[in-house]
Amino acid sequence: MNDASVAQRRSAADLLPSGDGGAKRRMRAISPSRLAIHATLLFAAALYLVPLVVMLLTSIKTPEDIRTGNLLSWPETFTLIGWVKAWSVVDGYFWNSVKIAIPAVLISTAVGALNGYVLSMWRFRGSQLFFGLLLFGCFLPFQTVLLPASFTLGKLGLANTTAGLVLVHVVYGIAFTTLFFRNYYVTVPDALVRAARLDGAGFFTIFGRILLPMSVPIIMVCLIWQFTQIWNDFLFGVVFASGDAQPITVALNNLVNTSTGAKEYNVDMAAAMIAGLPTLLVYIVAGKYFLRGLTAGAVKG
Amino acid sequence: MATLELRNVNKSYGSGLADTLKNIELSIDSGEFLILVGPSGCGKSTLMNCIAGLESISGGAILVDGADISGMSPKDRDIAMVFQSYALYPTMNVRDNIAFGLKMRKMAPAAIDEEVARVAKLLQIEHLLQRKPGQLSGGQQQRVAMGRALARRPKIYLFDEPLSNLDAKLRVEMRTEIKLMHQRLKTTTVYVTHDQIEAMTLGDKVAVMKDGIIQQFGTPQQIYNDPANLFVASFIGSPPMNFIPVRLQRRDGQCWAVLSSSLGVAGQARCELPLGELEAGMDNRDLILGIRPEQIQLAADDGAEAPSICAEVEVTEPTGPDTLVFVNLNQTKVCCRLAPDMTPQVGSTLSLRFEPSRVLLFDAQSGERLLAKKRQATDNKVAQLKRG
Ligand SMILES: Nc1ncnc2c1ncn2[C@@H]1O[C@H](COP(=O)(O)OP(=O)(O)O)[C@@H](O)[C@H]1O
Ligand SMILES: [Mg+2]
Repeated sequence: MNDASVAQRRSAADLLPSGDGGAKRRMRAISPSRLAIHATLLFAAALYLVPLVVMLLTSIKTPEDIRTGNLLSWPETFTLIGWVKAWSVVDGYFWNSVKIAIPAVLISTAVGALNGYVLSMWRFRGSQLFFGLLLFGCFLPFQTVLLPASFTLGKLGLANTTAGLVLVHVVYGIAFTTLFFRNYYVTVPDALVRAARLDGAGFFTIFGRILLPMSVPIIMVCLIWQFTQIWNDFLFGVVFASGDAQPITVALNNLVNTSTGAKEYNVDMAAAMIAGLPTLLVYIVAGKYFLRGLTAGAVKG
Repeated sequence: MATLELRNVNKSYGSGLADTLKNIELSIDSGEFLILVGPSGCGKSTLMNCIAGLESISGGAILVDGADISGMSPKDRDIAMVFQSYALYPTMNVRDNIAFGLKMRKMAPAAIDEEVARVAKLLQIEHLLQRKPGQLSGGQQQRVAMGRALARRPKIYLFDEPLSNLDAKLRVEMRTEIKLMHQRLKTTTVYVTHDQIEAMTLGDKVAVMKDGIIQQFGTPQQIYNDPANLFVASFIGSPPMNFIPVRLQRRDGQCWAVLSSSLGVAGQARCELPLGELEAGMDNRDLILGIRPEQIQLAADDGAEAPSICAEVEVTEPTGPDTLVFVNLNQTKVCCRLAPDMTPQVGSTLSLRFEPSRVLLFDAQSGERLLAKKRQATDNKVAQLKRG
């Protein structure tokens, strides 16, 4: 049968035995090798968490605290002044990023889904070549598209606008989203589309009623991937936006790199964390789909 | 209720590729059940897809009730298909799976409910209507797939190996049910199968395909008793027909096939089968004699006139309903199907009798069936007797 139902059955089966067997397994699990594995994992987790801890601690210290203590010392006085100041600096830019990321993510995901649907279910003459060229887009470094993109935006009258930046992100992202959806849909049996055609469904009905409802995992993958890429983008932001239209990554860079006055590390750290929070949130909300979606093609039924 | 006629249908998947279907000619009457059999890759699914309109044909015409439908889109052809993989919509429950085609055809909701209820009752899946396909067993999914086809009451049903994913027991059950259903609904049906019992039991007509060419088209009895060539003869029947290379002798105005076993006893280890009058020039060709296992009998003691031969039993296989005995004739292993109470010892000698009128002759080179002039006449007589 189809992958979705297989996955459903498999996950249901996974749930059942862990109910009573889990405790027993934990009891006899304490062997030296298992201990070593856990120790290694804990160490690795700690190593990755240290920068975050440093940032968090620094962001709630006073500038004096930062100067007198070390990176990991506990703050003498706990203060949110860094966060307040940081927010007052990046406030507008944060919303710029939202205004860029949300439309760009939604449009590139939608176009990718449609592309993937056509490339896997309605193959046309030359569709393989088309897909190959599109794949090529995944390997293009950002730098190579800067000049052509800026030329095109100028011609379109979109230079230095949020819409222009959205367009650049959409075009650049379509290669990835198409790849995701196409690889997901090639695992869907052709017979499903054939059955729907015999049932009288047309191109968009088949897409909307049959394929999209099966696509939740890969939609999540696309949303996470695209949001992370676009929210964290610096290069397109610094090149294609100026002044008040800049995204938060550019604003953060400007804040950290100002050479006037004393360095306020607490503000820098708080601003960096504000810039990073939305991607963190997206992972927490949709992350469980991420691995499932990425490996969906691998567990062919 | 519709007639289906294929006229000279050709299909090629691309200009550089060989034709997948070559000059397909078929025609079935309203309410008939056509079986398509053939080895994997011979183009059965392609033919089904062409009839359904999922693939375009490269030449010829497909006529339903006398009207050419080969230019129509699948949804306008009023044909429903059951796929080997069932192809149920995984995110919809059984009800919506069955109702989908009706909704697409803008049927009124009340009428849809009624139709779903009718189909669910027919297939005994009423208790499954709220389930998703992933929560059904293979046999239940199969029923739902059939329900989806039945719901639209189309002119023609197409079944592409619908039972091949079921286990043996369920397959036998569903086979009977499909037959019952067809007897009740009398809808024109084309059914692809690998299983020759399905082919023999379900079909009003059977078409045997190979490499995109229809090898023979006829009733199951014609295909079984009167195969057109070696391929059809070898494909239909289990255990398969025996093929024994023979030499011909011409004597008394007719041809005789010479069989010999490896036994030393002269006379009894050799027999000559009269084959009737064959065209001149046959004597020198490599010929193959075909005889089905059940058409080899133990020679009766009453000295019946049928030719017989003594041979040593090499292997016996009691299958239950009958015993298969293997002997060696003309250096070829030959299977005989004997009554279950016959269990000859390995190494013992059996006297076997051949019914000359049931023996078939093929040209080894072309695989074509060779018909004796006299025998054709008797065949016709037999056919007339059967009909009468
Ligand atoms: N979409 C396609 N493109 C090219 N060749 C195909 C396609 N579908 C089937 N074929 C070829 O056509 C032949 C018949 O296939 P098919 O109809 O599926 O055979 P069957 O159903 O009898 O097993 C095979 O050789 C197969 O490789
Ligand atoms: Mg097939």
